[in-house]
Amino acid sequence: MGLSRKDLLGIQELSVEEIQLILDTAEPMKDIIRRQIKKVPTLRGKALINLFYEPSTRTRTSFELAGKYMSADTINISTSTSSAVKGETLKDTAKTLEVMGADVVIIRHGAAGAPHILSKHLSASVINAGDGFHEHPTQALLDMYTIREKKGQIRGLKVAIVGDILHSRVARSNIWGLTKMGAEVRVIGPSTLLPPGIAELGVTPFTSLEEGLPGADVIIVLRVQLERQQKGLFPTIREYARLFGVTAERVGMAKPDVLIMHPGPMNRGVEIAPEVADGVHSVINEQVTNGVAVRMALLYLLAGGGGPHEAIG
Amino acid sequence: MKLLVRGGKVIDPANDFCQVADILIDSGKISAVGQNLKANGAEVIDAKNKLVLPGLIDMHVHLREPGLEAKETIASGTRAAARGGFTSVACMPNTKPVVDNQALVEFINSRAASDGVVNVFPIGAITKGSAGSELAEIGDMKSAGAVAISDDGRPVMNAQVMRLAMEYAKMFNLPVISHCEDIDLAANGVMHEGYFSTVFGLKGISRLAEEVMVARDIMLAELTGTKVHIAHISTAGSVELVRMAKKKGLNVTAEATPHHFTLTAEAVGGYDTGTKVNPPLRGADDIRAVKEGLGDGTIDVIATDHAPHTVEEKDVEYNYAPFGIVGLETAVGLAFKELVNPGFLTVEELVRKMSVNPARILGLPKGRLGVGADADITIVDPGLREVVDVQRFASKGKNSPFGGWELKGLPTVVIVGGRVVMQDREVV
Repeated sequence: MGLSRKDLLGIQELSVEEIQLILDTAEPMKDIIRRQIKKVPTLRGKALINLFYEPSTRTRTSFELAGKYMSADTINISTSTSSAVKGETLKDTAKTLEVMGADVVIIRHGAAGAPHILSKHLSASVINAGDGFHEHPTQALLDMYTIREKKGQIRGLKVAIVGDILHSRVARSNIWGLTKMGAEVRVIGPSTLLPPGIAELGVTPFTSLEEGLPGADVIIVLRVQLERQQKGLFPTIREYARLFGVTAERVGMAKPDVLIMHPGPMNRGVEIAPEVADGVHSVINEQVTNGVAVRMALLYLLAGGGGPHEAIG
Repeated sequence: MKLLVRGGKVIDPANDFCQVADILIDSGKISAVGQNLKANGAEVIDAKNKLVLPGLIDMHVHLREPGLEAKETIASGTRAAARGGFTSVACMPNTKPVVDNQALVEFINSRAASDGVVNVFPIGAITKGSAGSELAEIGDMKSAGAVAISDDGRPVMNAQVMRLAMEYAKMFNLPVISHCEDIDLAANGVMHEGYFSTVFGLKGISRLAEEVMVARDIMLAELTGTKVHIAHISTAGSVELVRMAKKKGLNVTAEATPHHFTLTAEAVGGYDTGTKVNPPLRGADDIRAVKEGLGDGTIDVIATDHAPHTVEEKDVEYNYAPFGIVGLETAVGLAFKELVNPGFLTVEELVRKMSVNPARILGLPKGRLGVGADADITIVDPGLREVVDVQRFASKGKNSPFGGWELKGLPTVVIVGGRVVMQDREVV
């Protein structure tokens, strides 16, 4: 059986069973990626549209490859213009895609809730590939898949998310997912980048790595945007790196077998030291591979309709 | 032209009158109030089992004309007022152009006379173009009929400009209505800052953005002695500040909107832009404080901040939608649902908030039903139920988060200057 929902708009609304189904389905998908001929006919005749209102290389490419490996027809629409500035409204775009016969629309948008607008006006499946500061559910799914693969399970693990939590959709989706799956989540960042009410999401906030990292099984490092410094949220990139940069020394405060993760793209030497990014604990490259597998699983469950064992054609 | 409103429960707090009585209207004025009045050829309106109130006054609406007629016009906005039970509205000056001179005040008055179905009282701008730097011609606008000044929607950020405006307005005994919002603290937020803004991934507006300006304007009111009216207060902290100001005996009044005493930030879930409003929908504690403030007299007025927008403007991503909720046609029903039926306010207290006090603050000879008073009357059926259908709104604006809500306690007849302008929930 597939997912009994039309869209994936966020991890918040997923049940533990649904998350497990997606992760389980991603396992055989990863085998497909490892094959010589990476092609199964599962989604033949299905039309997949990548609708990206924000620049993205890895997420868009990941969805595109996931679709292509499963024989779907994939189209990319990239636009930097927001509907508010010029061009047609998102609602009209949705109606246009609807009558063109899209089966799945994957949307990345700078405004939280944009995927919800599409979802309302489309009978096709909508997958949120990141909306404002709201959610980035497939990133959290691939992160959970990676953690489960490496650690065997998620329950009971201590996961530290480090950086700009306030503006991070990756942090929010991971918080929903990891807490549902039984992990203990800490968020670490400067007080100006910790959102109000974050503790009510079931996480423990810290404003120093020295307090937050000890005992961590997993460290998820978030990208810090230069623009936040310009808005006065912290004084300089230099001071940010000194206080919140994940260095080899700081990694030493976590568990000896800690996993280092980053959703990319990285600012080496700012939020993450190069030797940490490339070190023995880093699973950053495997996250990317798993991202394709998880997205294949999701496309299959939303558009193909089968379960984990029927997935390989 | 005579009318006889027969057998309703007349609630007229200004005259300390509350009993079943008849009201006779002749030539636009109330000519008699009493038992068993004879019709003598007057048209009879049966008000049995209904509440007969002095015409309700909404001192905070946006009629959008001139310049923004796609959102609302004086014709459509006053029809919405009539349908909502209001006999008078005061309209904010943030039109296009901004009402910052005598000619524009006169335009509104003349358009209201030709197109309007209820009384319209223009509010002039505080500063030219509401740009916040130079004072508008406040004296001229007063002569033309402006009843207050406000840069609503665009707060006066410069405290010295606000101080001068208050000092200047005092010469004309004009109240200054302040939209309290520190733009820098609001920081381009789109909803209340807190748990829900974090969950929905939307930029938050802190309570402080409102409260620091409420505090500032109360201090300026103390300095200048000017009548200052704080518009749409939404937080527990603002209620407390106004309470303290009143305890000190300052000339400060305040209003709250139905949406702020009804909905919390949780309503933003699903990204319905009908919930996007400034100040934003707050927390449960704030709602409690606003209700308490209404109950203990800290908040003098219920006003709607009726802010119509087109469907096209609102039917976009939450971040891009304009702020505003249409309020005229749901205000009475929400006031009964949230305040009267649960016992926060008696009907008499509600009449003070929606008629007596706005008339007093704006200096209007209204808000009362005695012999000789203007025949502005709102008749409410406290038992009437209706499901809100935004498509039935007389307003051009359909941007309401209350579509589909069942409300009980609704106006059934509205009389303005002795003329029936609304009957059985439809504008005549």
